[in-house]
Amino acid sequence: MAIFLTEKSRVVVQGMTGSEGQKHTSRMLAAGTNVVGGVTPGKGGQSVDFARRSIPVYGSCADAVKAADADVSVVFVPPRFTRGAVIEAVDAGIPLVVVITEGVPVHDTAAFFAHAQANGTRVIGPNCPGIISPGSSNAGIIPADIAGPGRIGLVSKSGTLTYQMMYELRDFGFSTAIGIGGDPIIGTTHIDALRAFQDDPDTDAIVMIGEIGGDAEERAAAFIKENVTKPVVGYVAGFTAPEGKTMGHAGAIVSGSSGTAAAKQEALEAAGVRVGKTPTETADLMRAVLSNQQVAV
Amino acid sequence: MDLMEYQAKELFARHGVPVTLGRVIEDAADAADAARELGGRVVVKAQVKTGGRGKAGGVKLAATPDEAQAKAAEILGMDIKGHTVQRVLLAPAADIAEEYYFSFLVDRANREYLCIASTEGGVEIEEVAHTNPDAIAKVRIDPATGVDEAKAAEIVTAAGFPAEASAVVQRLWDVFIAEDASLVEVNPLVKLGDGSLEALDGKVTLDDNAAYRHPDHTGFDDKGAADPLEAEAHAKGLNYVKLDGSVGIIGNGAGLVMSTLDVVAYAGSPYGVKPANFLDIGGGASAEVMANGLGIILSDPQVRSVFVNVFGGITACDAVSNGIVQALALLGDHADKPLVVRLDGNNVEEGRKILAKANHPLVTVVDTMDGAAARAAELAA
Repeated sequence: MAIFLTEKSRVVVQGMTGSEGQKHTSRMLAAGTNVVGGVTPGKGGQSVDFARRSIPVYGSCADAVKAADADVSVVFVPPRFTRGAVIEAVDAGIPLVVVITEGVPVHDTAAFFAHAQANGTRVIGPNCPGIISPGSSNAGIIPADIAGPGRIGLVSKSGTLTYQMMYELRDFGFSTAIGIGGDPIIGTTHIDALRAFQDDPDTDAIVMIGEIGGDAEERAAAFIKENVTKPVVGYVAGFTAPEGKTMGHAGAIVSGSSGTAAAKQEALEAAGVRVGKTPTETADLMRAVLSNQQVAV
Repeated sequence: MDLMEYQAKELFARHGVPVTLGRVIEDAADAADAARELGGRVVVKAQVKTGGRGKAGGVKLAATPDEAQAKAAEILGMDIKGHTVQRVLLAPAADIAEEYYFSFLVDRANREYLCIASTEGGVEIEEVAHTNPDAIAKVRIDPATGVDEAKAAEIVTAAGFPAEASAVVQRLWDVFIAEDASLVEVNPLVKLGDGSLEALDGKVTLDDNAAYRHPDHTGFDDKGAADPLEAEAHAKGLNYVKLDGSVGIIGNGAGLVMSTLDVVAYAGSPYGVKPANFLDIGGGASAEVMANGLGIILSDPQVRSVFVNVFGGITACDAVSNGIVQALALLGDHADKPLVVRLDGNNVEEGRKILAKANHPLVTVVDTMDGAAARAAELAA
């Protein structure tokens, strides 16, 4: 098993006929994802040919659900259409929507997230690399060949740090890795992922990657202290980021004392999380945790 | 993008929020005439994108036009928390009866909006939160329903504002939503002697992601204030932030680049060596993007070594290596500082082979991120 995404997931790609959508659908298929269709308004009835399969295009999410039983949508549409696309997926009853699109206005995210929450749909993202349960399914743009299946759960704000950490721990593998994105409003938080990993019988230990800005890591630390019994290893990026400057991610802004990397590290350590100084050191901490467990068994 | 007070007030005026626009000047010589037009007695206010202007001496009352000129001359050129004052706003001195605090913002924790309001305005709200937390009303706002008349009345009651404030609250909500702001703050929102309300100050942060919906916002972009290298990088579409160290940094992905800065600072601490910049070349590191990035970094006179840290996720490392080789060829003699390159991930063997074959005298390839950071820090020491 894994969290949120399994080999049974039936994935549609909103924006599959665009260049990014097409490129990544092809990669998702190669990773074994059960892609059951694409959705592009006005192109229903067409199909797109990939290496081994031809994938049908539906005119709406509702059609994709009716015809192909889709239960996950991956959104690649441009920012100006993202709000409408997510709301359409929610209205079609799709329970998991993974929004890869970068540059979505925060008011649009606030609107589609409120709508998703009211209707029981989980959103991951926006502005995220998506979610992979290696060997089972891949919904998004995380390269599937970095690491195979294993028993580590990974949750990260940053895409490239997700890849880096998967690479560092490729000899152990992952149950699921999720890039939740660093925008001011995100659909799935560190806490959501931690809760799911805690409950997942196939996850033994968790790596949590955070970065400066907001107080998500501090809240996650409080959650870990109360609710997580599995070992958690952490990493926080942004110790050298100057105050008040944006470092790429909309969320990574430090303004004032709270939200600094040091405050986050302190909160995590107080919750019993071992925090590495570098990604490599963090991976070594996880390695130590897992070899201790193996000795204990 | 953060707006200056006078820009925020322009947006307020568009949506019917009561404000006095006043006059913005860049030359103290224009202050006396401006003050005379405004009635003589004015407040001279530094226009900078940071808080605490008053405390720093950037806001002064002037009783006469001559005094306005003297105060403007004092404030223009002043440094407030690293921001040089290039403009001052002259506004008629107001007859203030009461001062309130008001804001709408994005609430990350609850993933909705929040209104913060207090009758203890005119001072830093963090201060009020500390000394008199009961004086602050926090009202959660559901993005699905927003602020209608009933919600505005709820806010006004919670804050202890006069009932007339409800209309101003709804207009500030219009600013927040219609202008795609992630923050609208008024401190102070004042009740004047005649009982009317006015936004005496304004702080607005616009959502850069929504810029495509607001072509009229481009005029707010304060190009003059940016570091020249940052301005040049911005013009080339690069995500670059200038810092004050000596190791130039190029990487892909904001998280990895931030992490790279930390790892370099950590490795450099024995020598007092720090990162010189943040530069994220993003997913597709073409030769041109790499050349532009290297060009910017190498024109920073503080840079003594460069660390290129790329994890090939979507990007293939061979493409990155080709980018580096072509960038160095394009830059020619302009490339005169050692480069430490660390590549991992997609097609890494091929990528390392390309660099080995090019055998450029300035380039050292190190296999690990920590090792490469240590090497780059040593070279800059």
